Amino acid sequence: MAPFPVQLSPIFGHWGAYLVYAVIGFAFGYVLEIAGFGNSKKLAAQFYFKDMTVLKVMFGAIIVAMVLIFGATAVGLLDYNLIWVNPTYLWPGIVGGLIMGFGFIIGGFCPGTSLVGAATGKLDGVFFVLGVLFGIFLFGETVDSFAIFWNSSYMGRYTLPELFGLPTGVVVLGVVLMALFMFWGAEKLEQKFGGVDAKAAPKWRYAAAVAIALGGIVLIFLGQPTATDRWAKLEAEKGQLLADRAVQIHPGELLSLIEDTNIKTVMLDVRNESDYNLFHILDAQHVPLADLPNVVDDLHFEPANAVFILMSNDEAAATEAWKYLVAEAVPNVYILEGGINNWIALFGDDNLTKGFNAGAGNDELCYIFDSAIGDRYPASEPDPEAYELEFTPKVQLELKRAPTSGGCG
Amino acid sequence: MTTLTPTETKPSFWQTLKHALTARKEKAYINPYLAAILLGVVLFGAFFVTGNGLGASGGLNRILVYVQDLIAPEHTDRVPYLIAMAGGSKNALDNWVVFMTFGTIAGGFVAGFLNGRLKIETNRGPRVPIKMRWVMAFIGGSLMGYGARFARGCTSGQALSGGAVLSVGSWAFMFAVFAGAYALAYFLRKFWN
Repeated sequence: MAPFPVQLSPIFGHWGAYLVYAVIGFAFGYVLEIAGFGNSKKLAAQFYFKDMTVLKVMFGAIIVAMVLIFGATAVGLLDYNLIWVNPTYLWPGIVGGLIMGFGFIIGGFCPGTSLVGAATGKLDGVFFVLGVLFGIFLFGETVDSFAIFWNSSYMGRYTLPELFGLPTGVVVLGVVLMALFMFWGAEKLEQKFGGVDAKAAPKWRYAAAVAIALGGIVLIFLGQPTATDRWAKLEAEKGQLLADRAVQIHPGELLSLIEDTNIKTVMLDVRNESDYNLFHILDAQHVPLADLPNVVDDLHFEPANAVFILMSNDEAAATEAWKYLVAEAVPNVYILEGGINNWIALFGDDNLTKGFNAGAGNDELCYIFDSAIGDRYPASEPDPEAYELEFTPKVQLELKRAPTSGGCG
Repeated sequence: MTTLTPTETKPSFWQTLKHALTARKEKAYINPYLAAILLGVVLFGAFFVTGNGLGASGGLNRILVYVQDLIAPEHTDRVPYLIAMAGGSKNALDNWVVFMTFGTIAGGFVAGFLNGRLKIETNRGPRVPIKMRWVMAFIGGSLMGYGARFARGCTSGQALSGGAVLSVGSWAFMFAVFAGAYALAYFLRKFWN
């Protein structure tokens, strides 16, 4: 598994981990200040084409970080699944962005830069920070009146490569080229409106532009690791768990997990639709193997006490699903031992088990049903009190690695 | 008989401190492309080590909610938006973004000190009275704070961080910010120039 990002709290302790964030914040504030972002006049000049520093620093930082991030994920150092990607709420984002744009030109700062302005004694920065606090306060008091709009157009973790249907490397190179084109335009505008001397800019910026574009091209050839690639790296370690049957849990353990209010049990039934309609466990979600990639992001959003149980008729399909989810760094994934067939054998009444199909192949349903009534069988929600089951508990909660909130939460 | 009174008084503690903080010669800002590379490396470092990007408005938000919770705990326990941060015994400051915010303030201060840019002043357009600039800064800040919560992130947490990891919403947001600012810039040209 990719070693980064690291889990900070086991290393530094709960509050100690925050020191790392303070150090990152320090570097952030330092760079903002030396870039000139503590000065509202320099920031506002962006919108009169006199000094395009805001655009250059912002898009420049984005493309540098982007190439480094996707370079690190391409070589398997960093796991993209475990990185916080702001979920898309399209229209609230656009409306909020427009309001912020107005605030930017009226007030001359954005929240991060106003902190730096205030820290260096700029009184306009101090008043801006007070304004930000007041605006946040106002939002907290009013959001309930438009909560429906604020939660609308939710698209989850939705990325540009998915939007365009292009490989990540191609999108990265496209963004880099767009940014370089904007820098070129920005310099022309500065010369026209700001009277900036074209020759004063350092020559090394051409080398930097070539380097970052080359980085984008390299990313296209490297590609991003697929689930198969990731599994290949994990097979030695995680394949052993399968062989040792350390992740196949007894139906009795699943039953006790469902009853356990400290655990959020998420059951994923990966069989085909007709089998699922014939019989499934109450609250099991139907996610055929082919649909698994679409739910990975949602699984990462689940809270830290979530345990995922995969089930097929026997174990073959569930095992495939297990490999996939483990490769995608989903924590706490287990397989229902013996699958649905075993479950029915254990909990089914005579009515359910009377039609036994001895000729059923591997991972096929070996009971014959009169009707497709899904989870309206007693065996779909067996009474845990009615069974005395012996089993060795195998579920151990792992520490959750994927962040559940970003820099604005 | 007269005694000789010293004409030079010893400088007060505050004068000494002020002198120590502002004595350095003011240096020029660094090249924007160099700043971009440095900021990009910091942003990458944040994602690489922690899985999170950068943030600023979230920290201010939580500091504010913390104060609200001190003053009116029963109120923060009743508003759904505030409960998530400070409901019951939750401490609104128990979040990494708060510490990042403190770090940002400290980093800005140290950079300002080292480069001789610590100075009590008000940056404004040549035709604008100081108090007018303050009022506008407060209004602009209010809009920024409101918009940042509306968009679930500010320039740092949404545009910069989300942009670098290719979030669709972050890119839409970023263009909206620039669009909003440029749309209004013409009407404020006398304010800034």
